[in-house]
Amino acid sequence: MPTVGVNRDKLFEKLGKVYTDEEFDHLCFEYGIELDDVTSEKEMLRKELASTVAKGGDSKLAAEAAAASEEVIYKIDIPANRYDMLCVEGIARALNIFRGTQSSPQYNLADMTGKQPLQMVVKPETALVRPFVVCAVLRGIKFDPARYNSFIDLQDKLHQNLCRQRTLVAIGTHDLSTIQGPFTYEALPPEEIKFVPLKQTREFNAKELMQFYLENDQKLKKFVPIIHSSVVYPVLYDANRVVLSLPPIINGAHSAITLDTQDVFIECTATDLTKAKVVLNTVVTMFAEYASTPFTVEPVEVVDALGNRTLYPDLSYRSLTLTTDYVNSLLGLQLPGEEIVKLLTKMQVAAELGPDGKELLVQVPPTRSDILHACDVAEDVAIAHGYNNIPKRIPPTTTQGRELPLNQLTELLRAEIAMSGFTEVLTWALVSHAENFEFMRRPDDGITAVEIGNPATADFEVCRSSLLSSALKTLAANKDNALPIKLFEVSDAIVLDPSKSVGARNERRLVAVFCAKDSGFEVIHGLLNRVMEVLGVPYKEDPAAAGSPVTYHWSPSADPAMFPGRQAAIFTGDTQVGLFGIVHPEVLAAFEVPYPVSALELNLEPFVFNQFYESLLEPLST
Amino acid sequence: MADLETSLLQALHAQEVIADSGDLAKSLGVEHIVLVGTIRSLQASEMIIAEDIDHFRYVLTDEAQGYLTAGSPEAQVFNAVPAGEGITLAELKARVPGEAGDVGFKQAMQQRWLALDKSAAGEPRVVRKVDAIEDRTQQLLADVTGGRELPKAEAESLAKKRKLIKPEQWKTYKLTKGPKFALERKKPATDLTFEMMSKGTWRTQEFKDYNFNALGVPPPSGQLHPLLKVRSQFRKIFTQMGFEEMPTNQYVESSFWNFDALFQPQQHPARDAHDTFFLTKPANTPADRGVDKDYLNRVKSVHEMGGYGSVGYGYSWKLAESEKNLLRTHTTAVSSRMLYRLANQPGGFKPAKYFSIDRVFRNEQVDRTHLAEFHQVEGLVCDRGLTLGDLIGVLNQFFSRLGLKKLRFKPAFNPYTEPSMEIFSYSEQLGKWMEVGNSGMFRPEMLRPMGLPEDVNVIAWGLSLERPTMILYGIDNIRDLFGHKVSLSMVRKNPLCRLGL
Repeated sequence: MPTVGVNRDKLFEKLGKVYTDEEFDHLCFEYGIELDDVTSEKEMLRKELASTVAKGGDSKLAAEAAAASEEVIYKIDIPANRYDMLCVEGIARALNIFRGTQSSPQYNLADMTGKQPLQMVVKPETALVRPFVVCAVLRGIKFDPARYNSFIDLQDKLHQNLCRQRTLVAIGTHDLSTIQGPFTYEALPPEEIKFVPLKQTREFNAKELMQFYLENDQKLKKFVPIIHSSVVYPVLYDANRVVLSLPPIINGAHSAITLDTQDVFIECTATDLTKAKVVLNTVVTMFAEYASTPFTVEPVEVVDALGNRTLYPDLSYRSLTLTTDYVNSLLGLQLPGEEIVKLLTKMQVAAELGPDGKELLVQVPPTRSDILHACDVAEDVAIAHGYNNIPKRIPPTTTQGRELPLNQLTELLRAEIAMSGFTEVLTWALVSHAENFEFMRRPDDGITAVEIGNPATADFEVCRSSLLSSALKTLAANKDNALPIKLFEVSDAIVLDPSKSVGARNERRLVAVFCAKDSGFEVIHGLLNRVMEVLGVPYKEDPAAAGSPVTYHWSPSADPAMFPGRQAAIFTGDTQVGLFGIVHPEVLAAFEVPYPVSALELNLEPFVFNQFYESLLEPLST
Repeated sequence: MADLETSLLQALHAQEVIADSGDLAKSLGVEHIVLVGTIRSLQASEMIIAEDIDHFRYVLTDEAQGYLTAGSPEAQVFNAVPAGEGITLAELKARVPGEAGDVGFKQAMQQRWLALDKSAAGEPRVVRKVDAIEDRTQQLLADVTGGRELPKAEAESLAKKRKLIKPEQWKTYKLTKGPKFALERKKPATDLTFEMMSKGTWRTQEFKDYNFNALGVPPPSGQLHPLLKVRSQFRKIFTQMGFEEMPTNQYVESSFWNFDALFQPQQHPARDAHDTFFLTKPANTPADRGVDKDYLNRVKSVHEMGGYGSVGYGYSWKLAESEKNLLRTHTTAVSSRMLYRLANQPGGFKPAKYFSIDRVFRNEQVDRTHLAEFHQVEGLVCDRGLTLGDLIGVLNQFFSRLGLKKLRFKPAFNPYTEPSMEIFSYSEQLGKWMEVGNSGMFRPEMLRPMGLPEDVNVIAWGLSLERPTMILYGIDNIRDLFGHKVSLSMVRKNPLCRLGL
């Protein structure tokens, strides 16, 4: 969820009202935005400074902090789909319309009768790297420092969110008086693109510029990989071969906008045309309020590689037809049509009631790209009506409560094991590769563990294919406890399984460990016997086992994680379902457990059956 | 010891009073100090009363022991001086060497037994002044040894000036019968035993006072984990409300069911490697395994171009992206499979109420409030004609079972629900509104491609299991609750979970 910092007094000026923090917080809550923090530039810098004090402080930062403004800044959280609220202009407009103090502006294209719009000609090579461009012009803009900063901040916010760090869309804004159409959007080998980039004083070619940014620019270097490996780089030229920008990296210095700029040329290059249009619409609809003819935008004609001509921005209002019944039945309300129309007005959505009084003809403005479906309109009705004014009803749905048999058995068994004197632990499914294999003295055969491709930390490289490593980690972290320590966990191990559609499956297992000055092998053996007793599964050699469809037995095994000669595999029928024994001292050393440990790990899934021995496993997918 | 105790008790019984325990010790042939232990023990049991008798006497110092037979130093010196012409000082020193010589000469001079004759030429000579002496000092020392009393002045002189005797003090006791006198001691028992019960001796047995200030012995026991105790209560609340548990025991999921089926666009930030654990093994779920081809095409189409009344997202949907495997980021991946199943089951759609509580995974750095895996609690109701009012109703029902009776709702955004509501609860303890969960109605772009009938709506909500548990038990670091660094004593001391009572 993006957070936008706005100057509180500027916001209140636009709202025509001064709120207390509490009142404003309440207004935000009603609308579905959130007043996250109340701060100031000075305070933010002070906090940053405080965090550098340990490192000896930062004198430049200290000077900045001393000079910084004390004006109050509201940090406001905006829902991720409301791109039209990423600047103070948009927030104030939305809240004004919501409170009924302003009506929704009508966004228009400038009347171009008798005039030739500016042209942007797209060269076919751009398809290799960044195929789309859309443009627009804002005429007669009056900037002041606050508006100028807001204009820059909005582009930043859009780049971070909708533009996905400029991969999908990149915005360039230019002082139109410094450049001349028609413009071209081209893709050229980097060595051939030469210009003075923004914030630099000398000319670079694009290839050396990328290198320069990689080495010297913390902010821009992260965008370089978007085009770095491409044979051609996207570039925009004016009629005199002046470089407007090298998207999605940097604009040219030549056409940079300043506080004195009046006519702004906006271009958005993209790999996703839909998003480019939304981004362009967002920028122009927000800042057209400062245009000489407010809310009017001059279009630019984009001529694509096939010669098709399209005027941008597309500020058309999308029609959507729905019914009052739909809205009311979705929300559980009985609002009259007129009321719904009134409520929608508060959400910047113009609606008309059809002749039958039930049909709603809705005009979705170009700012509300979040409205995809009638349900989005219904939500706006709910917000304007107030979520907390909607009468509650208990759903009439009658169904039978039921636990998943696997989980119910788990619940029953956990209680039994705790009754046997073992303390339950709860450990992570994600472990390092070493914990799952090397520490356990178990070789990675490559067909056992689920592997993660992009872990943020090396602690989480694989999903555990056995629960024992987690139990040993818990023992190591609790060395100072009085001995003996008896722990257990009933959780899922995750193993590769090519027979499953996703290629892996969970397996519900029990792990138990006994840690003392002596191994306690017989204690763990006894726990196995007890667990089987409560599961109603007799030992194969027990005379009582005769006639039981399920029995268990054990026989000496050779698992590398266990001490030779002090371990056994557990079977039901011919299937191995577990293992118990003394943990190998080298395994204990790897986990830094200083005392002997005996352990039991058992797959519980073969024992998930009802009193008729019918399996109750219900896998989610096959 | 027992013999000594018996002897003492019998002697006291015979004599009624024992005037001095010192005499008793003598008659029993033991050191008095040995008897003192027995006296104290009987006294503590109130069987006898012992009154202190203070004793005083002089004994010889180590120096004086020698003089008892050899005579006092002054007598030794006198005897060393021959009658008549006497002896030189040097000769005398040779005859009575050491300290005895020095002290004896000084004393003998003071007693005027000897004199120093300087009349003759040469060295002065020590001569006798009297013919015979009486060795009073030796006599006094003999008196001390014999236990005879010394004249006060002489005793003090011997003790203080000459340090030949020293005072000694000790106690003996006058013994009389105590309130609990008996010939044999009855030891008070600390516990009622099987033997007492079988012999019936518990009736007369005296019992030691019990120390009620100490804690009892903790029972040997195992314990359940706090978070899972809370999970058990949540499970009960759900099943009591008629919800059926979903099979969530599958952490590995395809992007299709985790995201695409939920109408979450392929460029959504949640699908970034920064947020989601993507798998290299098993890397993919081929779309032809487990996803119906027609359904897959409907999902693709609703993303790209919309349908069912939606305009869609207008981008090129990639099959390969949907096949990428991941660790599920929410249990809603399971809900989407279950809803698809519900729409396509034999016999057609039937209303359902589902719940699950299981692990979900986020590719985050671990800190005090974040783990890479946590438990998501999810509930959903799928039926014809459900409304936002139903969601508000069921949320009030559910959260009031958790003791959160005052709720309010904030508009929110979620890619697969519309309307969406964040759930806030007023905490009387903290005096503020706190976010306790998220909720919404699943979007038609998610439900209709699955084949759920037009009038079927799904209301759903979710929350984490860890957060309410941390608030409930006052735990401020999530790693203390979930993971191997948990404190076992916290687990052991944790009370039962009263949620849902």
